[in-house]
Amino acid sequence: MKKYTYTEKKDTRSGFGAGLHEAGKKNENVVALCADLVGSLKMEAFIKDFPERFTQVGIAEANMIGIAAGMTIGGKIPYTGTFANFSTGRVYDQIRQSVAYSNKNVKICASHAGLTLGEDGATHQILEDIGLMKMLPGMVVINPCDYNQTKAATIAIADYEGPVYLRFGRPTVPVFTDPDQKFEIGKAWMVNEGKDVTIIATGHLVWEAIEAGEQLAEMGIDAEIINIHTIKPLDEEAILKSVQKTGCVVTAEEHNKYGGLGESVARLLATTQPTPQEFVAVNDSFGESGTPNQLMEKYGLTDKDIVKAVQRVLERK
Amino acid sequence: MKHTTEELEEIASQIRRDIVRMVHGCQSGHPGGSLGCADFFTALYFEVMHHSTDFTMDGKGEDLFFLSNGHISPVWYSTLARAGYFEASELATFRKLDSRLQGHPTTHEHLPGVRIASGSLGQGMSVAIGAALAKKLNNDKAIVFSLHGDGELQEGQNWEAAMFAPFNKVDNLICTVDFNGQQIDGPTEKVLSLDNLQAKFEAFGWHVIVSNGNSMEEIVKTLQYAVSLTGKGKPILNLMSTQMGYGVDFMMGSHKWHGVAPNDEQLKLALDQLKETLGDY
Repeated sequence: MKKYTYTEKKDTRSGFGAGLHEAGKKNENVVALCADLVGSLKMEAFIKDFPERFTQVGIAEANMIGIAAGMTIGGKIPYTGTFANFSTGRVYDQIRQSVAYSNKNVKICASHAGLTLGEDGATHQILEDIGLMKMLPGMVVINPCDYNQTKAATIAIADYEGPVYLRFGRPTVPVFTDPDQKFEIGKAWMVNEGKDVTIIATGHLVWEAIEAGEQLAEMGIDAEIINIHTIKPLDEEAILKSVQKTGCVVTAEEHNKYGGLGESVARLLATTQPTPQEFVAVNDSFGESGTPNQLMEKYGLTDKDIVKAVQRVLERK
Repeated sequence: MKHTTEELEEIASQIRRDIVRMVHGCQSGHPGGSLGCADFFTALYFEVMHHSTDFTMDGKGEDLFFLSNGHISPVWYSTLARAGYFEASELATFRKLDSRLQGHPTTHEHLPGVRIASGSLGQGMSVAIGAALAKKLNNDKAIVFSLHGDGELQEGQNWEAAMFAPFNKVDNLICTVDFNGQQIDGPTEKVLSLDNLQAKFEAFGWHVIVSNGNSMEEIVKTLQYAVSLTGKGKPILNLMSTQMGYGVDFMMGSHKWHGVAPNDEQLKLALDQLKETLGDY
């Protein structure tokens, strides 16, 4: 098992804030919109340096999506910022018609995704957003794993022409990826090469997968770990290549088991190479109030849950 | 003026012929609102708006138009064709398989003149505001026009947009409301009253103009007046009364022709009332 270390923990939303600021410096067409959550989305640096390119829309997400779509007509690259819940479910029809169907170059940037939003509870903890967004034709869906990767993704999507859903979170998590990484949309990142089982993880679950991989190594199980930061388009080649070698797969995500990364992988494998698969995901449930760690434990999204899933899938090989 | 009032009325008559023929041709679509707005579209595209039929999505330096109530696509498609965006013969493909003239307007099939999809109601005002903001950022002095149904204003997103535009001084925006008082289930007064729209928009901070949308002379003057009000710190709302089905007597003033196509006999009756001026497609 390749050794991963970290010296600090940071929130991925801060990676977004830093990336937005950089993207703004690189391209004058980058504009930002927010629905009354500037602090939560860490947009202050962008607003300070580019006040005329920032639009505060107030608590009116539907209007924000429509305005963003309109701003693309005139060559702007709008980044909309609010919580994942209000970025997707609340404005699904606006995204569907004015952004996705109209093929507008809007970057829908969604913080506080999943259970790790914590104490606010289930009204704010969306676990269905990946599914909602990946079902839209032409929508790119990205869920990076740490601060550095989120920052790199935020900068990279400005150079991609078309609608993007960028998902990140609130808690501080280990920073373990390269600060100077080149982010390629749709290109999986090989975290660890192994031969016994493939663990495919996205977002906050990538670090959990690394910790699981270390425990599995001690048990004599050689896990291959892949970071799928882009859920759509899926890097099918990387997944098939790995599964052909290992013969079984565990997917891990902070999302409902319905509609998430796991189902995308299952569809790929079912149609090309049927393979035993176990899902580390929320079991068709809403969340609740609690600390992020408590919630991840209660809903089965930790390194230990990945280890158990690997043990189950190995028996089915 | 580029055209006399009579010339514009002749164009509007042809557009009305196109509308009933298109809707008859596919036996579906929305003739009522389309006919009611034929004069507005004619005035806008043939007299008031500075636009190029050499279509670009960004439309830099041009006035832009957004149709929020996308179901009246027949009047827009006919207007675009007659203005030169594409051949009038393509109107015969309306609502048919593999057509660029989808039931509701879309950019998906790359029809020149259309910059956003519409049909799911209530989204166009936000989009028009966004396009207007982009023009300001680009130091582009052109104007953004939009059209909205009155029943459509029952959608809440409109009021988010209505609150935003005056507060942010989006004063390069002229939104017109087609105030025909009808919606699918009956008169708006009975379904869900819009009450005093003028007072509502004025309370939100808009400069509101009240006009008659079935008098060519008045529409041209109203839109030109609206243009003269741009750049003065307020968005402009043109509250335009029309008669649904205007120009075809048996379709006028009733919600019954909102989304119903005429049969062969009704088509003939309608065309007898509408002078062919530019040649049928």
